[in-house]
Formats: sequence, structure tokens, C-alpha cells
Amino acid sequence: MSEKETMLVQKISDGTVIDHIAAGKALSVLRLLGNPQDRGVTVALVANVVSSKMGKKDILKVEGVELTDDQVQKLALIAPLASVNIIRSFRVWGKKNAVPPKTVLGVLGCTGATCVSVREKDSVTSIFSLVSSSPLVYRCKYCGRDLTEQEIAAQLA
Amino acid sequence: MGRDAWSGRDVLSILDFSRPTLELLFDEANSFLDRPHLVKQSLRDKIVTTAFFEPSTRTRLSFGSAALKLGAKVLDLSPDVSSVLKGESLPDTIRMLDGYSDIIVMRHPSEGAALLASEVASVPIINGGDGSQHHPTQAMLDLFTVKRLKGEIDGLNYVVLGDIRYARSATSFLYGLSKYKPGTVHLVSPESLRPRNEVKDKLKQIGLKTEEQDDLESVIADVDVIYMTRIQKERFPDPNEYEKVKGSYRITKSSLANAKKGSIVLHALPRTNELAYEVDSLPNAAYMKQARFGVPVRMSLLDLVMGGNRR
Repeated sequence: MSEKETMLVQKISDGTVIDHIAAGKALSVLRLLGNPQDRGVTVALVANVVSSKMGKKDILKVEGVELTDDQVQKLALIAPLASVNIIRSFRVWGKKNAVPPKTVLGVLGCTGATCVSVREKDSVTSIFSLVSSSPLVYRCKYCGRDLTEQEIAAQLA
Repeated sequence: MGRDAWSGRDVLSILDFSRPTLELLFDEANSFLDRPHLVKQSLRDKIVTTAFFEPSTRTRLSFGSAALKLGAKVLDLSPDVSSVLKGESLPDTIRMLDGYSDIIVMRHPSEGAALLASEVASVPIINGGDGSQHHPTQAMLDLFTVKRLKGEIDGLNYVVLGDIRYARSATSFLYGLSKYKPGTVHLVSPESLRPRNEVKDKLKQIGLKTEEQDDLESVIADVDVIYMTRIQKERFPDPNEYEKVKGSYRITKSSLANAKKGSIVLHALPRTNELAYEVDSLPNAAYMKQARFGVPVRMSLLDLVMGGNRR
């Protein structure tokens, strides 16, 4: 983040800063993280920041919460370009890149109306395996149909 | 590659089987056909359950016949008079059958149903067709028919005609051909019935080259095997789409007038109007033999999977 960007919201002492979220996706990211603001966690959302890399981007700051590796993997489903900075005592303590997980269990739904994971959804956990990271494509284990990046984003919006 | 490659395994997709494994199946099936007096009751202490959640004549009954010929007992689940009607989930139904059977042969309208069943069952699951995805034992008997009637599978030219989008028999046949070295494989179908994207990707991945053609006439003189499919009315999401393609292709005596000498017509059956009854009397018509070969091929499969010791 540039100095100008940090001026918009005060620095956090401990927690996570998620940068390079595609513009308009920050709320989806919060939902994917279980809406920490609903549990009283301080969250700052900066939307539509000008970015040389992305044109426009969103940024999230989550006070007092460090994202787990599992959460970072899920984050990659809707923000595959996101970078995650773990902050401790106002300093960047560690960085994590959002790498799409090889397998996604239960988070995504198959688009095939006749797939067994849809017809038997109460008794079956959906399982998708990564086909491509860019563009993001996942394949249903049961029927072999592919989920595109747009379909994934729509499901997690 | 011996019988161990078959013993106790699930049969979910023909893609899971190597060419030598298929050849072993065909050898056994030939033996059942040619020396029926040597067939032993190798499965006499076994129970084969057939669980068909959508209609079937040939697959269900040929498995039943195959099991009975090998001395097995056959249980048949009728979804319309079982707890399936009460809303029992597929995994729960399979868990019950798993406790009552030594092997389960199933058909289901949902893609992936057999895979799901294999995850909850301890006994082998034989996929008798799952949605529009796989029908491995149909492909096995189709390839067996080609080999039995033409002497080889390699080097022949094929045309798959009709509903390649929803007909799992067509998709599985193409997957099965990928285990061999066919000549040219033509696909002829209305545009809306061409293979689904995931099937096209899979064919590319497994290295089976196909050529899409607009009509049968342009390839009929060149092909050794004509593989017909019925338009799968029951799998169309929109009935209007079915109406648009209904009757869009049909094989008659006249459409076979220029067929290559010795070429054969296969069809997984049942037929509707895409295959004229007048074709039955032609030497090309091989589909009734193909249906009958379902029994020895499925005898061979049950014997190999259940570890029968026929010899």
C-alpha cells in the first residue's frame, strides 16, 4: 500500500491487511471470512482504490485477527491476486499469498442440475479439484463439470 | 496383467481400465460364448444386487442372467416400492444394500452416483449408467462386439451418430476407443447434440482424435463401424430443445446403400425412430447380437470382479 492509501484508514497494531482484492469484492471476502465485524471485530474496508496493477482494488484491514492458512486458501477463490499481510505491533510480521487450494470441500456448489452432489446435497459434500489457477477453474469430482471464475465469484458474492 | 487387476474392484468408468485388462475380459467372454458347457457355478455362494433407479431392460436383465448362469443369487431393488420413495438418501440406500450383497450393480439418473456409492460401500459397485456420464459395461460389450465381429478394434474407421451430448453409451464408447488405436473416428450429430465441453476436454486429454461431420452420407463409404444412439429425451433440460432435434437423423436401408462392405451397425438400444426396422434384415445389422453379447461380457465381468475360480 502507498502512503496515500494508509492515510485513508489508520494503521492497525495487530491483525491482517488484505490487499489487491478486485474492486467490489471486499464484502464477499468478509462473508467468506465469516463476517468478523458481526463478532465485534474492528474491520476497515477501503473500496475502489486506484491501483497500478489492477486499475482499481479494495483493501481490508481486520484488527486483532490473523488469517489462518485455510482462510487464505478460501480467499483465493474470490480474490486470487490478493496479498495478505499479518501485522504484529504495527509491523508486517509475515506475508501470505492467496494460492487457490488444490481441493475445495463443501464451499462451492456444482452447476449441473443432475449431478449427484446437487440431487443428494443433504447427504453429500461437494468436492472440487483445481484445474487452472489463471483463469480460475475447478472441476466437480462427481460429474466432471467445470466451474469458471465467474461462476465461483457469483456463488461466493 | 492377470485376474488380480479385476478382483474386488469397482467398475465406474471405462477410463479406469487398461487395454490388457479389457482384453482379459474379452477372452473370458469369448470362452463363455464358445464353450458354454464348461461354465461352472463359480459364484454359487454370492449375492448380486441390482439397484436400478431409472428404467433398464438390457443392462439389468443381462446382469441378472449373467449372475444366474454363474450360480449367484440375485436381489433386485425396485425404487418404486422401496424406501427410496420415502425420500431415503442414496448413501443410506447403498449402505443397506452393502450389508445384503457381495456386489451391487446400479443405475442412477445423476452423474457421479456410482462414484458416491463406491465411497460408502465396502462391496464392489458396478456402474450400470449414471446420468449422461458413464456406462462402462455397455462400452465393454460394444468393444467386445466390434472385436468379435470384425476381428479387431485397431485400425477400423468409426462413426458415432446422433445424441453424443447426453447418450452416456456414446461417450463411454469413445472413451473405450481411446484404449485402442482406431483409424478415423467421425462424429455426426445436430449441433446441439455434439459432445459436452467436459467430454471434448477429456477426449483431448486421453488423446482420441475425432472429426465432426455434418452428415452420415459423407463418411458412410469409409467407416467399418456405425455406432447409433437414441436421442435421450429424458435428459433434455428443456422439452422444447428435444422437439427441435427429434427425428433429425435416421438410418434406413437407403442410407446404408453406399456402406462399406462388411461394415456393422451398432446401437445400445432401445431404439425409437432413428433406426428403421427394415435395417434389421441387412447383414450390417449387428445390434441384436450386440445386446445378446451383454450376457457373456457381464458373466466375465462378474466372474473376474468377484474372484470366481472358473478354471
